[in-house]
Amino acid sequence: MNTAELKQFCTEVRRDIINMTANAGSGHPGGSLSATELMSAIFCTQMRIDPKNPKDPDRDRFVLSKGHCAPCYYGILAELGFFDKAEFQNFRQLHSILQGHPDMKKTPGVDASTGSLGQGVSIATGMALGAKYLGKDTKVYTILGDGECQEGQVWEAFMAANHYKLDNLTVVIDNNGLQIDGSNDEVMSLGDLAAKLKAFGFHTIELADGNDIEAVVAALNEPTTPGKPKAILAHTVKGKGVSFMENQMGWHGKAPNEEQRQQALKELEG
Amino acid sequence: MSEKATRAAYGEALAELGAVNDKVVVLDADLAHATMTLTFKNAYPERHFNAGIAEANMVDMAAGMSTMGLIPFCSTFAMFGAGRAYEQVRNSIAYPKLNVKLAMTHAGVSVGEDGGSHQCIEDLALMRAIPGMTVICPADANETRKAVFAAAEMQGPVYLRLARLASPVFEEDYPFEIGKANVLRDGNDVAVFATGLMVSEALEAAKLLEAEGKSVAVINVHTIKPIDAQCVMDYAQKCSRVVTVEEHSVIGGLGDAVADVLMGKICCQFKKIGVQDQFGQSGKAKDVLKEYGLTAPQIAENIKAVF
Repeated sequence: MNTAELKQFCTEVRRDIINMTANAGSGHPGGSLSATELMSAIFCTQMRIDPKNPKDPDRDRFVLSKGHCAPCYYGILAELGFFDKAEFQNFRQLHSILQGHPDMKKTPGVDASTGSLGQGVSIATGMALGAKYLGKDTKVYTILGDGECQEGQVWEAFMAANHYKLDNLTVVIDNNGLQIDGSNDEVMSLGDLAAKLKAFGFHTIELADGNDIEAVVAALNEPTTPGKPKAILAHTVKGKGVSFMENQMGWHGKAPNEEQRQQALKELEG
Repeated sequence: MSEKATRAAYGEALAELGAVNDKVVVLDADLAHATMTLTFKNAYPERHFNAGIAEANMVDMAAGMSTMGLIPFCSTFAMFGAGRAYEQVRNSIAYPKLNVKLAMTHAGVSVGEDGGSHQCIEDLALMRAIPGMTVICPADANETRKAVFAAAEMQGPVYLRLARLASPVFEEDYPFEIGKANVLRDGNDVAVFATGLMVSEALEAAKLLEAEGKSVAVINVHTIKPIDAQCVMDYAQKCSRVVTVEEHSVIGGLGDAVADVLMGKICCQFKKIGVQDQFGQSGKAKDVLKEYGLTAPQIAENIKAVF
């Protein structure tokens, strides 16, 4: 995909996020919208995947450690053809293949069941370690939230990624600055995340605008230092693309009503 | 009768399994010398992964490795594997039904000197409550070896409860099938369902009671989940007195698993022998077991209560 196509793809995914959460009357639009470029760029420009063969053992792997941003994940998977967009109607409903948080047993294209924060990054680390042990050239990508980095387990995983020299692992942090109870700094300061990532041995790239698709692709394309896992610390805008959701912590886990849906979709006509 | 700890048998079985199954990898959290995964590490260093003192990450790395087609055996003390990493086991392994084997050692009060903080008496309850989890507690070294191979053979998460203390190895070679209890001694007056190290104690207790003219059946329930409901029903019916013995809290373990089978179906005398809703403490393993009423003579006395 070229840049224009990627931008259009992201717009479609954002519309999917709005529609899914509005249909369900629940879900997490804010962090889904902030992560749209990050996740889309990974799927559209980096990963070796085949929507017709989602269980291919030689595919690359993706783990959405910030599992509550499932609407973005599902939007991307459906846009790529892993399942029909008609499934969006059933998001968060009984017997749906689209659970509130990613479920690898139910959704084609989902490589790990996540949602309990801090665990996905460890699962991704295990995948990368397993790939190395098996001599496979599999690449593993994971996206975590900034608030998620308050989980101690995240740092356990970072230690292990460095210890085992997992240069087949790319960790992307969606640094939108907000969490449920307020800003990161109000709730629990994360300090200098870039310095911390470097101290944990990561080939670290800091992105001033993680919603700039060209910058995101460039960061993903940058080769890591051999023997080092790669981290992209991406500063993003929570609720990006929908004016009344941008930088509003109230839109972390709240669905738009019908009027808000229409306004959001109008803004996202591109 | 010779003695050997089930953890020691575990390490040897792992190394043996490693030779015939190259998908088997082992993770440990800086306790390889105690869990005995060191035996595997010595044989296959490139297949043994230390997670450091970070159990939550270890369990979830095992989850990730299993999705790559490997069969990870994950070990630490039961307190940390089933306790500290409970939610990781629940959400990242059991919920997606991943093929990870959780072999946790130093379960129960027979840990001894390390004391109550390290004596996990709730792991069976925790693991049994998780949907789809297979829970196995081998009675001796031979059974441990069979359980390790059977766990690797089956698809899906397994919790294997192992002990620190060297315990009797049965001379007779019993068959092992997950979910199928073994009747080690037949009897008519009382059915004693035991698991883990308590199986040999229950057998000793049965001998003591036999001298008093009581006919005691002893059933080794090595698989706590799925429990052999048929066997439990049959023996409860036959003996009309049921006693369970476990080196675990009387809350949520073997006793409750047996009670769940019988409840509303069979009317019988029933008693749970185990740790009575209290924490353990430091002491020599055998002294600690005695403190909590888990030696053969004490078990025999307790069994008399259902007569």
